[in-house]
Amino acid sequence: MEVTVLKNIMNANDQLAADNQKLLDKHKILGINVMSSPGAGKTTLLIETIRRLKTKFRIAVIEADIASSIDADKISQENVSAIQINTGGQCHIDANMVRSALDKLPLEKLDLIFVENVGNLICPADFKIGTHKNVMLLSVPEGHDKPFKYPLIFITSEAVIISKMDYLPLSDFNLQVFKETVSGMNAGGKILPVSARTGEGMAEWVSWLECQLGRCK
Amino acid sequence: MHEMGVTQALLDMAVTKARESGAVAIRKINLVIGDLSSVLDNSVQFYFDFISQGTPAEGARLVFRRIPIGARCRRCSTEFSPSGDNWKCPQCLDAGIDIISGNEFFMESIEVE
Repeated sequence: MEVTVLKNIMNANDQLAADNQKLLDKHKILGINVMSSPGAGKTTLLIETIRRLKTKFRIAVIEADIASSIDADKISQENVSAIQINTGGQCHIDANMVRSALDKLPLEKLDLIFVENVGNLICPADFKIGTHKNVMLLSVPEGHDKPFKYPLIFITSEAVIISKMDYLPLSDFNLQVFKETVSGMNAGGKILPVSARTGEGMAEWVSWLECQLGRCK
Repeated sequence: MHEMGVTQALLDMAVTKARESGAVAIRKINLVIGDLSSVLDNSVQFYFDFISQGTPAEGARLVFRRIPIGARCRRCSTEFSPSGDNWKCPQCLDAGIDIISGNEFFMESIEVE
């Protein structure tokens, strides 16, 4: 006998993600899921972002790594709350892990939560976690051809940051081809070339974030 | 790379559905997966055979229907399947496309006894 199911396999995770978003909405918190390869500069970008925004908004960071608390320790030095999740080998975080981290944060005292996902261009894109926006970084040394190899993450991100722009003169990265590729696949995606080290593009990125927080300039 | 978690989710879904319909055993699970997903068929079947032991789904065969990535040109509406590093419209060569398929990830049906 054949029984029709027609149900999304990620249904259980998606439900938990929807609950997370409701919790954030209740506290009027904007949740940002930050994704990239390992070493693309997520933590450095977040530190520079926190320095520019922490006088205006109350910020916390959920750090996810397979192991260690190196990133949460770095973020804590900026005097914002940082919760470390260790996935114990898992290549991504899911909605359930984010929920247990949210339960440890003082939500009534926050405006903005960054979730720094596990460094990986593949798996995090498949799992909703309940944040409002997906932001991804692709660093210049990784090469401009990555959207063709890992299309899902480029298609599902509201902002695509080209990080380590200070490396551009040393590399074969073709900025024009990359921009054309990403805006072709993802019409609504904002492309933001940034160097957290030199500060290039930081103002545009921060202003995009402020706009998501309801303060468009 | 995350097939284990996905496999557990689909096993739970199939077993729940089978119980709801009063079945004692699941013989086949029909899945529809778009090519934008990174999940590998062989890997899912491998984990499934392992974790379904002792459940009504033990020995069930997973059937994967793969849906290719489908795109529609935003300029001339031509529909095509992008591949490799060529995602431009074959008709007008514009790079602007909307993804119309390839995101599927669902259980279509189960065959039970």
